[in-house]
Amino acid sequence: MIAEIGHFTLILALLAALAQSFFGLAGPGLERPSWTQATRPAVWVQFLVTTLSLAMLVAVFVQNDFSVEYVAANSNSALPLLYRVSAVWGAHEGSLLLWAWILVAWTLAVALLSRSLPEPFAARVLGVLGLISVGFLAFTLFTSNPFLRLDPAAPDGRDLNPLLQDPALAAHPPMLYAGYVGLAVAFAFACAAMIEGRLDQTWARWTRPWTTVAWAFLSIGIALGSWWAYYELGWGGYWFWDPVENASFMPWLVATALIHSLAVTEKRGLFKSWTLLLAIMAFSLSLLGTFLVRSGVLVSVHSFAADPARGMFILAFLVIIIGGALTLYAWRAPLLRSEAGFEFTSRESFLLFNNILLVVAAAAVFVGTMAPLISDALGLGTLSVGRQYFDPVFLLPSLPLLALAAVGIHSGWKKGRISDRRQSILLALLGGVLLTLVLVLGVWEGAKILTPVGFALGLWLMLSALIDPIDRWRRKLSMTRAVIGMAIAHLGLGLFVVSITAVESYTSERDLALAVGESGRIDQFEYRLEGLSTVEGPNYDALRGEIRVFENGKEIGLLHPEKRNYWVQRQVMTEAGIDIQLGRDIFAALGEDLGAGRWSVRAQVRPLINYVWFAAFLMALGGVIAATDRRYRGRPEPAA
Amino acid sequence: MNRFLLPAGVFVLLVVVLFVGIQRAPQKTVIPSALIGKPAPAFTLPVLGSADEFDSASLRGQWYLLNVWGTWCPECRNEHDMLLEIARTDVLPMVGLNWKDDDASALEWLRVLGDPYDVTAADREGRVAIDWGVYGAPETFLVNDLGVVVYKHVGPMTPEIWAREFLARLPKASADRSNVQASGADTSGAAIAIGAGS
Repeated sequence: MIAEIGHFTLILALLAALAQSFFGLAGPGLERPSWTQATRPAVWVQFLVTTLSLAMLVAVFVQNDFSVEYVAANSNSALPLLYRVSAVWGAHEGSLLLWAWILVAWTLAVALLSRSLPEPFAARVLGVLGLISVGFLAFTLFTSNPFLRLDPAAPDGRDLNPLLQDPALAAHPPMLYAGYVGLAVAFAFACAAMIEGRLDQTWARWTRPWTTVAWAFLSIGIALGSWWAYYELGWGGYWFWDPVENASFMPWLVATALIHSLAVTEKRGLFKSWTLLLAIMAFSLSLLGTFLVRSGVLVSVHSFAADPARGMFILAFLVIIIGGALTLYAWRAPLLRSEAGFEFTSRESFLLFNNILLVVAAAAVFVGTMAPLISDALGLGTLSVGRQYFDPVFLLPSLPLLALAAVGIHSGWKKGRISDRRQSILLALLGGVLLTLVLVLGVWEGAKILTPVGFALGLWLMLSALIDPIDRWRRKLSMTRAVIGMAIAHLGLGLFVVSITAVESYTSERDLALAVGESGRIDQFEYRLEGLSTVEGPNYDALRGEIRVFENGKEIGLLHPEKRNYWVQRQVMTEAGIDIQLGRDIFAALGEDLGAGRWSVRAQVRPLINYVWFAAFLMALGGVIAATDRRYRGRPEPAA
Repeated sequence: MNRFLLPAGVFVLLVVVLFVGIQRAPQKTVIPSALIGKPAPAFTLPVLGSADEFDSASLRGQWYLLNVWGTWCPECRNEHDMLLEIARTDVLPMVGLNWKDDDASALEWLRVLGDPYDVTAADREGRVAIDWGVYGAPETFLVNDLGVVVYKHVGPMTPEIWAREFLARLPKASADRSNVQASGADTSGAAIAIGAGS
């Protein structure tokens, strides 16, 4: 019964979304105010029935109703409650329903917070969002319905993929989807502006906070995924340039560019058509990511159940949504002219370079991700693109971008005003270089070529980000959330660069072959395997190692890596033992049984790795603070 | 030409690529190789961790496996246990082609994880890999007793692939051996001659 209610409300949701897009687009288009006014109620209806549908799916999981095929395929009676809930989005069908729900939740937020917008414009935004909802709900209903019954019912379920039985990964998809879907809001604002053929500074002010919050969610989502890969995949790596990772990283890069170009459009009314294009691209890349992950066209370590029929559906959807938007763009963008000019050292030109470099970086990642597909499509054979391509190609635009940021955050609008701050910026650079010397010569020994470059750029940016808040504090000037948010986000970026540099330069890692009582060395560290025991979890048993780690003979950590054997899927998972310390992680993962009582142990000591994720969190925090600035709240003046 | 049309143009190209991608997705597992049915490229390379040279001509007259790997390749580690498993069955000689790697880490890898190969050739500059048309590690080639490449697998070796694509192609006598788990007394066993110099 519950599954049927879920199925039925899903159908209702599709109908409500159709109504929402119809009223939202046809109402203002045909100038029928009563239709326009029906848009918001339609959003409410869609929200309520979609929420009900999702709640029903959660309910069948909680109840262990194995007569529902999706539950039988992705859950098990021994699965703990938390994971029975997160199993809802543990596979394709439920992920889509969650996507659709988050989309309608964002839409409702837009409906509620857009009272001050001109009615036709708000309706158009909601109409475009409704169109996207239609696509996702229809996709769920017709190709990936999670409510289908299994007859006869399964006695027990096949269990959730053990890889996904993890708290970080339970939170990772909702965060990521919230980011993707948030970009749909920016996309809808762009489409509505193009339909009206008008884009002014007020438009940018409406769009900015939504984009920034979406970007913050995306940052957190990516960081959680990377953190999970680090401790769960057993390799200690945190980024693999895997197609699925790239699928989330490309929209992030473009969204970052969009945030910055929106600033220019808001403050100066410039870059209008470029901002529109970025808004379209950011969401298009999110959709493309979904396509790549779901359709099986790219083989990935994350491989979801791939299905060409679903791929065809998403492709058609991509053509309608992105193709439609780009056609609209080709038609309307030429109408948007910006009159104002700016000087070379003004903030406008810094942000222009920022945009160019970010888009170049995104394009480089795009080319690397798509190259295997393109080469295959052209019949050139199969190609694999890895770190050897991505690392240098990504660094090339990123390094100048950092230097640009350290200077650019102090530039003024319109006219270059850098000279006022020249001293502070140079002081920050000097500080960065000195601290780099301390790190390279004092704290850690030895360096690769890029080590001092990374440290210096990161530290420079961190110090530079602090100049403005400190200056305002000293002069007792007002401290707006925009200023604080910007400082925190750039501080986070600097910290991110410093910590990545430390991890890439000073990680000690080695595979050791250890029997109980034996020890092995990596650099100044000694790993001793003290014992092996078997432990039992709710749905797995595990071999648990006890490893003591010494540095120069002094004990610095006790690790308990596990090798878990999940009963239902008979899958063996490594659960790394990690001792998180202030400045580093001591890491061990149990590998294979080498025979004769010896086990391979992957031993790593990674400095500052935790700061990589903390830095991502700082960036997101900065974004949220900036997005709640006073000028976005309160009552914005009516549109020009 | 309207420059605002450019994004739409790029998008059309992308859609074409994706469309072709979907059409081909089901056949992803079958990787065509220009080499299949052709003679395996001959090579002479230093033996990893020794002063000897390995000449591929020494394998003439027997079926063998050539596995391309490197310590920098995560998938190679994933397939390593399967390779050890295959080595244990002693069906055919296994040649490792250590691709663009440094000898020290490669030797360490084999010491710690176990060595499935009868001989490992060090292709430090990746020239031999180019002759063999290697796109990315791991790749595994099956070569028959006439020196012709019979099959090529891209990606990690799995029990299914091994049974379906490799064992099924081997002549019956040696394939059976893997089931019986014959002890080392077999005279037609896998001996690889390593010639000094060339």
